[in-house]
Amino acid sequence: MTMAGHKHIDEVTGVETTGHVWDGDLCELNKPLPKWWLYVFYACCVWAFGYWMVYPAWPTLTGYTQGYLGYSQRAAVTAEVNAAKAAQDTYRQAIANTPITEVKGKEDLMQFAMAGGAAAFGDNCSGCHGRGAQGALGYPNLNDDDWIWGGSVEQIEYTIAHGIRNGADEARNSAMPRFGLDGILEPAVISDVANYVRSLSGSEQVDADAAGRGKATFAEQCAACHAEDGKGNQEMGAPNLSDAIWLYGGSQEAVTQSIVTGRGGAMPAWAPRLDPVTVKMLAVYVHSLGGGK
Amino acid sequence: MTTMENPGRFKPEDFLVEAAPGVAKHDVEAVRQPKSKKPATDADGLSKGSWAEKPRIYSKLAKGNFRNAKWIVMLVTLGIYYLLPWLRFDRGEGLPNQLFLIDFANQRLLFGPIEIWAQEFYYVTGLLIISALALFLVTSIAGRVWCGYACPQTVWTDLMIAVERFWQGDRNAHMRLDQGPWTFEKIWKKTATHISWLLIGLLTGGALVFYFRDAPTLAMELVTGEASTVAYAFLAIFTFSTYLLGGIAREQVCIYMCPWPRIQGAMLDHDSLWIAYRDVRGEPRAPHKKGDTWDGRGDCIDCKACVAVCPMGIDIRNGAQLECIQCALCIDACNDIMDKVGRPRGLIAYTTERNMESRTAGPRDGLRMIRPRTILYTVVIAITGALMAWAMISRSDLDVSVLPDRNPLFVKLSDGGIRNGYTIKIVNKNQTPRRFKVELTGIDGLKTTIVGHDDASAPIDVGPSNVKALKLFAALPRDKAKALNAESTPVTITVTEVDGAVSATRDTSFRSPGP
Ligand code: SF4
Ligand code: SF4
Repeated sequence: MTMAGHKHIDEVTGVETTGHVWDGDLCELNKPLPKWWLYVFYACCVWAFGYWMVYPAWPTLTGYTQGYLGYSQRAAVTAEVNAAKAAQDTYRQAIANTPITEVKGKEDLMQFAMAGGAAAFGDNCSGCHGRGAQGALGYPNLNDDDWIWGGSVEQIEYTIAHGIRNGADEARNSAMPRFGLDGILEPAVISDVANYVRSLSGSEQVDADAAGRGKATFAEQCAACHAEDGKGNQEMGAPNLSDAIWLYGGSQEAVTQSIVTGRGGAMPAWAPRLDPVTVKMLAVYVHSLGGGK
Repeated sequence: MTTMENPGRFKPEDFLVEAAPGVAKHDVEAVRQPKSKKPATDADGLSKGSWAEKPRIYSKLAKGNFRNAKWIVMLVTLGIYYLLPWLRFDRGEGLPNQLFLIDFANQRLLFGPIEIWAQEFYYVTGLLIISALALFLVTSIAGRVWCGYACPQTVWTDLMIAVERFWQGDRNAHMRLDQGPWTFEKIWKKTATHISWLLIGLLTGGALVFYFRDAPTLAMELVTGEASTVAYAFLAIFTFSTYLLGGIAREQVCIYMCPWPRIQGAMLDHDSLWIAYRDVRGEPRAPHKKGDTWDGRGDCIDCKACVAVCPMGIDIRNGAQLECIQCALCIDACNDIMDKVGRPRGLIAYTTERNMESRTAGPRDGLRMIRPRTILYTVVIAITGALMAWAMISRSDLDVSVLPDRNPLFVKLSDGGIRNGYTIKIVNKNQTPRRFKVELTGIDGLKTTIVGHDDASAPIDVGPSNVKALKLFAALPRDKAKALNAESTPVTITVTEVDGAVSATRDTSFRSPGP
């Protein structure tokens, strides 16, 4: 510290030093900051105290100081979200009033529905179907053109709204018998049928003899739902067995397993959780992913 | 301030002291004296304990070539700043007709026929790089030219000082007014000064917001109270900061707030021009009486005219100082004095450190503008400028970007075929609507569709100055997909203007499961 009455002047520059001495002779010239700088600093301190008073600032043992303005980031976000929703209202109204098949033809509605659908998909659907709707074993790929319950935009909307095998009456319900577990068919027969089913889609690694043996059983047990030619039936959610797409895998083992257990995946109904416009936008989005009929 | 001469305290009798016949000696002491020959005193305004007062600087109006150059620079720079937003440029229906507009809502910068989109901001970056390098070059050649003539802080401060002189008079009258009692005259003169400063600030802030929105419309909105809160907020901020920085803070900004005075040291060398007092010629300084000989003494008559005009409150005769913004006003002041006493001009002048030294030792060295440093700066400026010019010339008014789907990379279809998806963005930088065709080539048998369009060859309309995003699907039937035998096959997407020569191609790839 500079001592009063103990002023030290640097000989070379003629400027007062701070009074600090290092290494015996090293001094620092006193180049004071301007006073206004000090006042700005004080003003900032005052500002900080004011801020602490009016805004939430300090943590306490059980919470935090609220501030006199009663500001909360959560409330601010809610207000912003509501404002954004209000801004979207015209579009949402228009979508609600437009038949779903006509949304595609209206460019602004379509753009809004695609953006809204993509966002809702990321929030609600991507957990099972993947962010790119690419699906996984047991969870259908929504990009392809193979639809178990129908690929028109109305059918997709219904599936999203009510789900599949979730216990509700409106859900898309169907059940494939557990041919193996319930002892309906012998393991050897199941193996034959599996060979036959795989031959339907032109698989090259099929035991032709076994497939031949399986044909009759297929006609007896499976054709009622999956149709004579194995093309399936979307009314009852019976998958097309003659195409290249396998929800649970197309190997001999995987197909055998499907016949043994009957599979039967479930999907929740979204109508109870999402508003109708969001469901509609989801359907438009999924329909546009490339496979929509 | 308690003892000794106070620069702010006016003593009329001091103006009667003559430094030379007909040349008054100014009662002025540099308010900042870092290299004081005498021990520091309170009057230095520096060494008063821990905090420095803001000294009051009454800079006298200089007259001469440099002052005139500064008036012209002020007129041109402020003229451009205040008037540019009002210039019009016809871009056609539905597009803004302001010559220079920073259009935040549509994310573009408009300057005449040039449109710079947000994703092309590198043009602006390039301009900034060139500006910075030009600043380096100029500084290495002629010191703080930027600070002395063109810096907004200098220009606005100069304007504020001119306004202050207009209302309160030049140095002596101004000091007399400040020392005197609070009469009606003093009150109205002070009030008029501050109101003028605030009006200048208002104009400055006003001009700023005009750069961001159609100027005539916004001007009406501002007057009728319909402008956005943001516009008013920026108007208020710039009004206040112009008033504060130009009117009140002035040299404090250069000394304490601006980083440039510290940085420029790195650009200066022995051959950089720099405003200096030629002490070899000036010393020993002393008042000069009529008929006295000039032999055996210096040319400096110690009239302190150079100190009186200095807007930074320093004495150039103390040598190079951080505070000196090199405004050259002291050159004008001293040249005027030299003319009066019949000695050659240039006691204070633009010179280089090398010349100052060689002058001390003997003959002058002359100017060395071409040095490794200036060559380097020039070359880098030339390269950057050439790159920018090339980019600008070869810039297309059609921009296409292609983003292949990554999740999933490809989709297996029910017939065993493979489908890929691409997001294509077509940017029409023309100010007219245009029509394009999209084509994907590279693999035989690819079937393409565009979402929302009946068939892939449908013409795509893109509005003026607009972007259109498309989703394109390309499907390959089973046998062809099998034959691909590679995880990735190169394909090309071509976007062609329907009745025009413009087209753009983008290379991308078609993904499949591979062998
Ligand atoms: S340098 Fe020139 S203006 Fe300054 S005191 Fe000497 S003679 Fe006067
Ligand atoms: S010393 Fe001279 S050049 Fe430097 S700021 Fe003062 S008047 Fe301007």
